[in-house]
Amino acid sequence: MTDSIMNNPRIDDTTMHNKTIADIIAGLDAGEFTSVEITQHYLNRIKQLDSSYNSYITINEESALAQAKAADKRRAEGDAPAFCGVPIAHKDIFCTNGVRTSCGSKMLDNFVPPYNATVVENFANAGAVILGKTNMDEFAMGSSNETSFYGPVKNPWDTNTVPGGSSGGSAAAVAAQLAPGATATDTGGSIRQPAALCGVTGLKPTYGRVSRWGMIAFASSLDQGGPMARTAEDCALMLNVMASFDPKDSTSIDQAVPDYTDNLNQPLKGLKIGVPKEYFEEGLNPGTEQAVRAALAEFEKQGATLVNISLPHSKLAVPAYYVIAPAEASSNLSRFDGVRYGHRCEDPKDLRDMYMRTRAEGFGDEVKRRILVGAYCLSAGYYDAYYRKAQQARRLIKQDFVDAFEQVDVIMGPTSPSPAFEFGSKGDDPVAMYLEDIYTIATNLAGLPGMSVPCGLVDNKPVGLQIIGNYFDESRMLNAAHQFQQTTAWHQQAPAGIALKGKDVGGAK
Amino acid sequence: MEWETVIGLEVHAQLATKSKIFSGSSTAFGAEPNTQASALDLAMPGTLPVPNEQAFRYAIMFGLAIDAEIEKASIFDRKNYFYPDLPKAYQTTQLDKPIVGPGHVEIELADGSKKSIRIHHAHLEEDAGKSLHEGDFEQGMSGIDLNRAGTPLVEIVSEPDISNSAEAVAFAKKLHSIVTSLGICDGEMSQGSMRFDVNISVRKPGAELGTRTETKNLNSFRFMEDAIALEVERQIDLIEDGGRIIQETRLYNGDTKQARSMRSKEEANDYRYFPCPDLLPVVLDDDYIESIRQTLPELPDAKHDRFMEQYGLSSYDANILSGDAHMAQFFETAAKTSGETKLTANWIIGEVSARLNTEDLSIKHCPVSAEQLAGMVARITDGTISSKMAKQVFEGMWNGEGDADTIIDAKGLKQVSDSGAIEALVDEVIANSDKQVENYRNTDESKRPKMLGYFVGQIMKASKGQANPKQVNEVLLKKLNELL
Repeated sequence: MTDSIMNNPRIDDTTMHNKTIADIIAGLDAGEFTSVEITQHYLNRIKQLDSSYNSYITINEESALAQAKAADKRRAEGDAPAFCGVPIAHKDIFCTNGVRTSCGSKMLDNFVPPYNATVVENFANAGAVILGKTNMDEFAMGSSNETSFYGPVKNPWDTNTVPGGSSGGSAAAVAAQLAPGATATDTGGSIRQPAALCGVTGLKPTYGRVSRWGMIAFASSLDQGGPMARTAEDCALMLNVMASFDPKDSTSIDQAVPDYTDNLNQPLKGLKIGVPKEYFEEGLNPGTEQAVRAALAEFEKQGATLVNISLPHSKLAVPAYYVIAPAEASSNLSRFDGVRYGHRCEDPKDLRDMYMRTRAEGFGDEVKRRILVGAYCLSAGYYDAYYRKAQQARRLIKQDFVDAFEQVDVIMGPTSPSPAFEFGSKGDDPVAMYLEDIYTIATNLAGLPGMSVPCGLVDNKPVGLQIIGNYFDESRMLNAAHQFQQTTAWHQQAPAGIALKGKDVGGAK
Repeated sequence: MEWETVIGLEVHAQLATKSKIFSGSSTAFGAEPNTQASALDLAMPGTLPVPNEQAFRYAIMFGLAIDAEIEKASIFDRKNYFYPDLPKAYQTTQLDKPIVGPGHVEIELADGSKKSIRIHHAHLEEDAGKSLHEGDFEQGMSGIDLNRAGTPLVEIVSEPDISNSAEAVAFAKKLHSIVTSLGICDGEMSQGSMRFDVNISVRKPGAELGTRTETKNLNSFRFMEDAIALEVERQIDLIEDGGRIIQETRLYNGDTKQARSMRSKEEANDYRYFPCPDLLPVVLDDDYIESIRQTLPELPDAKHDRFMEQYGLSSYDANILSGDAHMAQFFETAAKTSGETKLTANWIIGEVSARLNTEDLSIKHCPVSAEQLAGMVARITDGTISSKMAKQVFEGMWNGEGDADTIIDAKGLKQVSDSGAIEALVDEVIANSDKQVENYRNTDESKRPKMLGYFVGQIMKASKGQANPKQVNEVLLKKLNELL
């Protein structure tokens, strides 16, 4: 395709969306294109292509263009903050003032918050343009995006397969180049696993690094927001905006936010990489293992040292998580009772009827399953056997990592046990689905930061390398990921079929 | 048959913070429904609690006042249950690690002896909103007012050291006195600022504890006293008739003076308590606690002793006047202004308290100010008015007719202190009381003072109550003795 959309020689519709966030900022700075132009370009792509992926729940066409226009004006006036005019998308778990925030649930299908999440506010202050709200598993409960009230997201690499979850919409939108970056959240792997399955880069920060205010809670002690983008550098740029100490979140940590791009170019010579044997045991897909081993060899080539380590309590992670997370969720989701906002059943005959039908109608099966499990684990007579035991396991898991980080700088392994699977293939077996997060859950329990970086393809399906860092050591994780991306091209691979079709696409006015 | 009553109290005191325990909304009483409810108070998704430091300071002040250990790493827990006026469907409270550990409170019994009531602990928690069942609602609907939701409460839990309703009331009043003296609670019972839950059981002396019931949400001392008497009687009657007490929650209606079962233990919620993951443990250091100790005001016991010493009051009077912080302040202001402590105390304990009681007002809302009362007391002391006239003056002040001097002038209430006029009155009465004078002269000297009443009464009557009684007495005695 040689002629550009709307005959604007500055917009090449075959390459524009290939640009990273760093490229876009440079292009805007250099005046190669305007925010309105690139925003319109992404809106065009979403309108034309997203019916294949269902990665967006809400598209903010009007407000995005207004924000872009305002950003162009600021830039012209020489007052351009970090993300001035850069289009991104927000996971539909982040409350957006005046824009419906559904959390992927019928329960909140009609919910329009009167406030912004701190993450949303941070991006607004940084001048970002919000293209829309991305699809997700209902209340972030799922690893395949099949639990969304708005229908499943399809993996752009193979639309018969899942994108992972719960941030499947954000991962698919970035993979299909319907947004250069998107916010996401990770409670047990919900950033890293979909990033791995969709071949993008995603980062879950240290618990407390990114404010949870206005981020709809699933499991408060595990939830953490983070960025998804095509490169580690872009994740660093996004994290610069997302991370903040927030007095409105009591679990937010009052520690200065570094510039996460500062250390990207450090050579990796001498970096000690822990390779936990528990992450390479039974259940790991051979192709995935091969890709991860090859990535580790690449790090060795760059001068890093591999150290075999053990995280002996790894097996406790999934069972402990599936007590703690549902327990917190059962309480967090109790507020959806039909009294003040959200779904309410028709013509309740009394209070009890209203509660029961509202919640029966408003929640999907997986959410109900976790509420039931969680309520059971907290019940009188079961608390000690489940919740208290799970908290003990959590402490042991954390101690494993504390011990490991005395020997190594980062830990690496697979993000998920296998590449993307087909829709419905794990539908009847929740435990098989829960095992999708077997390598990611422990970091949430420990509160540690983790990343997923594309590191190979198996049957043309992406594989993610997981990098786990020490507390508040996001810079070192990003440095390792960035250096890996300087000598490999996995992150530049794009799925087929994401090019615009036809030439009569409208453009910037 | 002898029965022993065992009572424990749970007392909810609303803390007098300006804003709520986890949000910035105002806690002021009486606003239009839902005008003091933020997104957090409405439990909108994604909102998060931030603890109010002032609520902690207040709870710590209470802990220090009852000589309790302060927990240096207290934890908030969630108590889960569904109710429309509980927006999150859980109450944030403290279960395992409350801010205030074991302490004790001294009460004075009717015979003047002291008893120590142990406090098991006191914890911080948030209040719920209110359900409104009367109002302009669609058929079958109720309203919800979330203004109160999130108001900080300190819940004070006693050990079952209380043996009867009088002790329970003395204990409740003592707590009221402590929290109002500390200024951490406004003590306005009628607005629900203090509410009592009473756990009651009965047993034969020496026997194991009986099954207890809990009567909830009593918001006056009188209701509490009545509710306890009623429940003790019910339990004893039931057991003596061969019945069995079941563990249940009961509600007392102060208007009908009846109680009914609200729910039994079997119907009770499983609250599924667990530590609130949105709030970290609140870690305090010794310096912080010490700095709060330095700011503690005078506590009721110390004030009681000082009142006895400084103003020469009896223990009984000192008790009444030091019991309520506003009462104590009212007394001290009036006593200092008038320079007359005993008379001031009598007026406050007598007329002022009686009138407040009748009109169901607290001393804080007394229409007569301490300064006004002092002005009146001063006019009694200097002889301008008699005690009897003072009652009219007090009435006038109560009705807002101005201060004592204004009313004395307006009503012409000055008593006659002119000795010439009084002598004339005395002479007149003596001249018209031959029989009584004769009796006086023939009576044994020791019985004569009792006979003065007749003459004084006649003289006061003749003066239309305006003669200075002290002068009348002096002149009368002198004149009668001249006739002996």
